[in-house]
Amino acid sequence: MKGTYDVLIIGAGVSGANIARTLSRYALDVALVDKECEVSFGTSKSNSGIIHAAFHHDSRHLKARLEIQGNLMFDRLQKELGFPFRRCGILVVATHNDEMKAIGQLYSRGVENGSIGIEMCSRERMLQLEPKLSPDVLGGLHAPIGGIIEPYRFVFCLVESARKNGVELLTEFKVSAGRLDDGAWSVSAEDGRTISARYVVNAAGLFADEVSRAFDAESFSIRPRKGEYFLLDRSTPACPSKVLFPVPTHNSKGVLVIPTVEGTVLVGPTAQDVEDKTDLSTTAEQLEKIFDYAKRLVPGISQADVITSFAGLRPALPDEDFFIDFSRVVPRLVQVAGIQSPGLTASPAVGEYVKDLLKKAGVAMVEKKDFDPTIDRVPRLREASAWEAEGLIRGDRAYGNIVCRCEKVSEAEVVAAIRKGHTTLDGIKYFTRAGMGRCQGGFCTSRVLTILMRETGLSFDQITKKGKGSAILQGRL
Amino acid sequence: MREIPFDTAVIGGGAAGMAAALEVRARGHRVCIVERDDELGGILLQCIHNGFGLHEFREDLTGPEYAGRAIREVAESEITIFTRTTVSEIASHGGGRELTCYSAENGVVKIASRAIVLAMGCRERNRGNLRIPGSRPAGVFTAGLAQRLINMEGYVPGRDFVIIGSGDIGLIMARRLQWLGCRVHAVIEIMPYPSGLTRNIVQCLNDFSIPLYLNHVVSRIHGSGRVTGVDVTPVPGGVPNPAGEFHIPCDTILLSVGLIPENELSKAAGVEITTETNGPVVDATMMTSAEGIFATGNVLHVHDLVDNVTEESRLTGGFVADYLAGLRPARQIRVRPGSNVRSITPARVDPLRANRLYLRPLIVKNNAALVLSAGGRQIRRIMKSHVQPSEMISVNLRAVDLADLAPDTVLELSIT
Repeated sequence: MKGTYDVLIIGAGVSGANIARTLSRYALDVALVDKECEVSFGTSKSNSGIIHAAFHHDSRHLKARLEIQGNLMFDRLQKELGFPFRRCGILVVATHNDEMKAIGQLYSRGVENGSIGIEMCSRERMLQLEPKLSPDVLGGLHAPIGGIIEPYRFVFCLVESARKNGVELLTEFKVSAGRLDDGAWSVSAEDGRTISARYVVNAAGLFADEVSRAFDAESFSIRPRKGEYFLLDRSTPACPSKVLFPVPTHNSKGVLVIPTVEGTVLVGPTAQDVEDKTDLSTTAEQLEKIFDYAKRLVPGISQADVITSFAGLRPALPDEDFFIDFSRVVPRLVQVAGIQSPGLTASPAVGEYVKDLLKKAGVAMVEKKDFDPTIDRVPRLREASAWEAEGLIRGDRAYGNIVCRCEKVSEAEVVAAIRKGHTTLDGIKYFTRAGMGRCQGGFCTSRVLTILMRETGLSFDQITKKGKGSAILQGRL
Repeated sequence: MREIPFDTAVIGGGAAGMAAALEVRARGHRVCIVERDDELGGILLQCIHNGFGLHEFREDLTGPEYAGRAIREVAESEITIFTRTTVSEIASHGGGRELTCYSAENGVVKIASRAIVLAMGCRERNRGNLRIPGSRPAGVFTAGLAQRLINMEGYVPGRDFVIIGSGDIGLIMARRLQWLGCRVHAVIEIMPYPSGLTRNIVQCLNDFSIPLYLNHVVSRIHGSGRVTGVDVTPVPGGVPNPAGEFHIPCDTILLSVGLIPENELSKAAGVEITTETNGPVVDATMMTSAEGIFATGNVLHVHDLVDNVTEESRLTGGFVADYLAGLRPARQIRVRPGSNVRSITPARVDPLRANRLYLRPLIVKNNAALVLSAGGRQIRRIMKSHVQPSEMISVNLRAVDLADLAPDTVLELSIT
């Protein structure tokens, strides 16, 4: 830890990670802290993984302006960082006549926002673009700049890149207080660690309100809005080629059918305001609803293809917009709050926006000559042809040891994940996909545990699913 | 990239794969077994309890002992073994098939073979398949994973357990956990009858006074980091009764809710799968819909006893050897499940020889009659003192039962 950082970013989700990576271009001392033991363990890990196409929100909203800017930044980021991302396009599906009017409004909004290539579609064109659609479709909207992404892999890449360029990451750093001390913020964690920084960025997601209070800054409240999802096996016959939306309602974009970049299918989310910011439970009623809605879009969707279900929480502010600005109550604190959908899409633009705020406030942004935008790629066995696999195994024999058979993940990839700092079972899963397939870890769990203990030297009782309080094993024979 | 030719390649080195390979080898063909684990034996190696071999050896053996006998036989035969090797693809190749295999030791190896035996076994159904609501804490394991962690890796996955489902692995684990000093608070079964063998209910639950809740489901899992408990709801007659809901505190949940034949590789090779068993459709010789690809053991249909797996796979090995020698049945007759029968494997018979069929009943019944009929005409009636869904029924159809049947006859097997 340094004496005083130029900027301290609280929260290593997709917003914090983009801010950190953006700032890592400049000659600044930057620290990124997160309360969890790995990055991207909050809202950024459980969401729809969609790069939105800028037709849902009115450009009066900050989130709409950042959405289109962010969207257009993904191609370059992917080239530099290599995360899974594809512009597969988005369809909004109308199944009633009155919904076609709403489609028209979405179209106008998309045109106004600059959604490139957006078009209104007849029933025939919709079915041509997506043959898996329900025959009940009446028409709809096609936004070709929409896409899909693995959100946690995106965050992992951003943080790795930021760290490569000098950003310091501190995990299990749960901020408890921020005090102005001799012109700098002194930020302390629950465990007693303290960091000093000239500027602080509050990108704490669901907990941005609590962090704000810890700094005696604005009093706002983040309302968690839960979304529940089902994940379907890659073998499902109901996998569409584009993201399918229903016509949106007032508080949500509706239940979607999403082909993931990795070939599985996601259905969800629901939208339900809840009290508890840690409540990631799924419920029988909501899960039933998901299928009812999803089948209206793709009739072939079946509960028989479900491999898991999960829930995520959207950090919503009462006005439903992003709040990104300097605090009006305390100095040198940037608030990045209410980053719900389309937060993932907007996140690269959020990074730039925060950089500009800091620059305007007088932080010198001197570009580093040695900034390296790329990171080391980990070749994936499942993406390799037999000849490429032969080469990989020749280079590293561990590529020949398949640890997760459902997702075809080799020992080499698990080792790479661990060496990049993923030392929980969930972290390794998100990085490698080991345990994400149809058997949900039935085969690979014991193998990953063994590799994890071998590589880290951790003892059996130190291995967790997702950090403190989630130990996997309870004893030794 | 090495390419190695064989007459038969067996995928999977458990009880099924070894029995089939030994039989093909005994008939003089070049055979290999491809096994992804460190050694042969399959799931038997983690089944350290006894109860294996009562039919096959007329002895009461543990899983490793049972596996050991086959492993020794394989070692003494001229079967080539590839361990720590995973098959990633089965492709067509000049009239035969070609396996693409990965291993750390040999890199990518291609195995060309005239016949393939699928013997990959099955995987466990998991929480996602059941769609159990609640949070997603650490401490939820399938019973077989817990068994591997305890018996092979030497780790105890928890202290206070609730077991969902009354499948055999869960029952065996209930006893294993009690012996370890852990507490098993309940076994929760959605059906009105247990899904495991009766002997396991008696020896693993009753002997330890572990309550078995039939007609109940776990309606919610609690806990943020680690499991803290489950809500249990009665479902009499399949209808949830929320008023009867109760909570059981625990730190670990085991799932023993059924097995799914592991057929992703088979499907990718174009093998037709039936929803009755989730295994391949096979003919009277255990050949799948893909020429030269056979299936046997738990990848074909989930068995109750390993003895039955060995018996079936030995027969399969014989059929593979016949195929390699150019011997195919002159004609085959279809058998379909009639009343109260879930599945019949194989679903075709060769009328010129005796045929052994394996059935799964849909009902629990004492003094049940197994009736073979064709076009409403009863051919044979076999009495069974007791049938239940968890226990497989094997039945021999004699050539004499099948004589004089018209080629388009469809046989029906019913339980009444």
